Amino acid sequence: MNTLNAVKHAAVDADRQEFLVFSLGQEEYAIDILKVQEIRGYENVTRIANAPDFIKGVANLRGVIVPIVDLRLKFRLERADYDGQTVVIVVNIAERVVGIVVDQVSDVMTLTAEEIKPAPEFGVSLPLDYIHGLGNLEDRMLVLVDIEKLLTSEEMALVEEVGE
Amino acid sequence: MDISEFYDTFFEEAEELLGDMEAHLLDLNVDDPDVEQLNAIFRAAHSIKGGAGTFGFEALLRTTHLLENLLDHARRGRIALRRDIVDTFLEAKDMLNDQLDAYRQGTEPDPEALERICETLRKMALEELGEETGDDAPVTAVPVATAEPEPPALPGGGVRVALLGVDEKDRQLLIEELGQLGEIVFQSGDADRFEVTLNTSVSATDIEAVMCFIAEPEQLDIQAVAASEPAAAPTEPVVPAPAAPDAAPEKAAPAAKPKAAASGESSSIRVPVTKVDQIINLVGELIITQSMLNQVAEGGQGKHSTDSSGQDNGSAALVTGLNLLQRNARDLQEAVMSIRMVPMDYVFSRFPRLVRDLAAKLGKEVELVTEGKSTELDKSLTERIIDPLTHLVRNSLDHGIETPAIRQAAGKSGTGTLTLSAQHQGGNILIEVSDDGAGLDRAKILAKARANGLSVSDSMSDDDVWQLVFAPGFSTAEQVSDVSGRGVGMDVVKRNIQTMGGHVEILSRPGEGTVTRIVLPLTLAILDGMSIKVGAEVFIVPVSAVIESLQPRREDLYPMAGGDVLLKVREDYLPVVAVHHALDVDDAVTEPPRCIAVIVQGEGRRYALMVDELVGQQQVVVKNLETNYRKVPGISAATILGDGSVALILDIVDMHRLSQSKKERQREQHNVATRRRPEALIPPALIKEVEH
Repeated sequence: MNTLNAVKHAAVDADRQEFLVFSLGQEEYAIDILKVQEIRGYENVTRIANAPDFIKGVANLRGVIVPIVDLRLKFRLERADYDGQTVVIVVNIAERVVGIVVDQVSDVMTLTAEEIKPAPEFGVSLPLDYIHGLGNLEDRMLVLVDIEKLLTSEEMALVEEVGE
Repeated sequence: MDISEFYDTFFEEAEELLGDMEAHLLDLNVDDPDVEQLNAIFRAAHSIKGGAGTFGFEALLRTTHLLENLLDHARRGRIALRRDIVDTFLEAKDMLNDQLDAYRQGTEPDPEALERICETLRKMALEELGEETGDDAPVTAVPVATAEPEPPALPGGGVRVALLGVDEKDRQLLIEELGQLGEIVFQSGDADRFEVTLNTSVSATDIEAVMCFIAEPEQLDIQAVAASEPAAAPTEPVVPAPAAPDAAPEKAAPAAKPKAAASGESSSIRVPVTKVDQIINLVGELIITQSMLNQVAEGGQGKHSTDSSGQDNGSAALVTGLNLLQRNARDLQEAVMSIRMVPMDYVFSRFPRLVRDLAAKLGKEVELVTEGKSTELDKSLTERIIDPLTHLVRNSLDHGIETPAIRQAAGKSGTGTLTLSAQHQGGNILIEVSDDGAGLDRAKILAKARANGLSVSDSMSDDDVWQLVFAPGFSTAEQVSDVSGRGVGMDVVKRNIQTMGGHVEILSRPGEGTVTRIVLPLTLAILDGMSIKVGAEVFIVPVSAVIESLQPRREDLYPMAGGDVLLKVREDYLPVVAVHHALDVDDAVTEPPRCIAVIVQGEGRRYALMVDELVGQQQVVVKNLETNYRKVPGISAATILGDGSVALILDIVDMHRLSQSKKERQREQHNVATRRRPEALIPPALIKEVEH
């Protein structure tokens, strides 16, 4: 499965691909930068009743109502503080706009196909299904997340189930 | 450039042209047709034909071509119009609509239907123009040449004979000869080339031998048609003698049925240039105001800012500027919203045809009057009001307006009048369907209501009695016709209108007629909202659902077993729904006597919504939650408040349901008394932790 993903990924862009790197707790994650619409602060989020705890609510993004998901709660990290540093990455997936809360956005990295390794069987907080692979950069290791697959998955409860 | 980019434009234009064509056809005075109108109909057909040719829509091209030829003769007075001719034209127009729908969905139109309509039109050309030339033998009707010869695809085994340059007299003889050799399946053409298809077992050489007595061999082109192919083609044999005109229209009817599913909501809007110009003007104003404010701001920071009088001037200019900005913004909002508004004519224009067809079917004479065609309504609403209105119009025709004989006996004119009107009333639009028919029958409705097990009494007011017809399964029609009487109608009409945020009422007088009045908000995009506060959260309640608000007294609250509370409001006991409970709001006022009760009504059910405080009333712009998220229980949509934060709009009907199901769940948990933590909110898939 992972190797398949890695192969597929390599086929899409043989050369290089840019990733936005963010941190959740101690781990560094990266998502395809083409999916990112903008980055903004965490503010003015209206709670939605009877939703899973990691769905913080909805916010107004210049007239568009956008759901806000806290990946730290989703991945069951120990701490999820909301302060001036808390960042929301607004991503565009499957014709939807979703905001994801992360601890920090660090930088944009370019990875070549050789630098992306298949993910091992264990060691990260999210199911392997949602991981492209691992980005290997000198002393850093980036977990490449398939953000589209993650956010549209049934367990995220962001998208209405088919047939409902 | 890809030509398919222009398909949509063509479809839209063609649809408009067909609409025009229908309107003119319906309006046409058969005995004394207006030449201008005939010209307009012809031009519409011609324009569609041109477009169809350009884009290669073969079926459309063929049908419009035949129709256009007939229309051309009609406008030149060579065909005397009759009602059944106009009916055929209308039928052809419907067929064009179907073809258009098929092309729009990227499929080919039904070939059988195409053959059928072409045949009907060709036959009509044959008959009408044949009579016109005064020729007793329609076989030789020369103007048939205007129809493109389309030999039948598979006439079974036989022979196709083409007569080249045979003059009329000889041709007639030849055709007679051929008729003796076999069955003539198809014939069409002109003096240069006339084609006859023969269903026969006689060989081509034998035919040639027979024909040679009359025509030269070079004038003949005889081809055998493969007999092996089964006679699968349903093509009707053309009988040269005047055929029963009813046959074709009746066969065409079933093909028209699947059309309804095809026409969905159109996704584009035509906007008059004046509206666009207005918006551009307003944007210009806005930019001027902005630069003015810039100037004021820069002036304020200049070196004279310390001067007290200068400061005053600056702030006065700032206030003026802001006022201007406010006005500009409001004007701009109005202008932009007006783009979504389309005139009611869009809805009304489809009724003349319906009324005409239905009145003829029911044997009634009805005149349709439309008022307020230019009244504007939100486009999404106009599309959704069509079905309920159609139902009401059908009802009026079927039950309301009587047959001419009964009308005259009652001292009324034989022709009934059906009026459709639209007008603005505040922020609402008022649509009325009124007829001068028999009116509703009070006794009959009451009897029917009793038979249906509804609780009624003879002392009910008229208005209450009329409301009964909206009950599910209610119909006073003695027998079910295909027009009405199934008893699903009015119930659905009412619900449809309620989902649009409107309501419907009936006024009726025996013997004088019935008026059905629909009140709708002008747009779904803006809603009159009452903002309420629960804990620290603000919610919006649609004002249309609110009946009153009050501070409940302790003695009016009746706690029931199982956690329910009833509130006594004057004579009624209403169930209480606490917002903080249904939506899990922290830090809210939980003690009912300290809350404010907002009495709301949704789907006929009234209940008291308990909130902490009322904040105020304002117009809010409705934003869909489902665009990026999903449906939330108890919430219909969201809006953005003045401070930029999002407020949720409560779904009054769903709130009650949500509160009930929550209470039930809590009761179950109490009963089971297992002290499981309510982890049900987290899908189990998430709980599988990765082991280290």
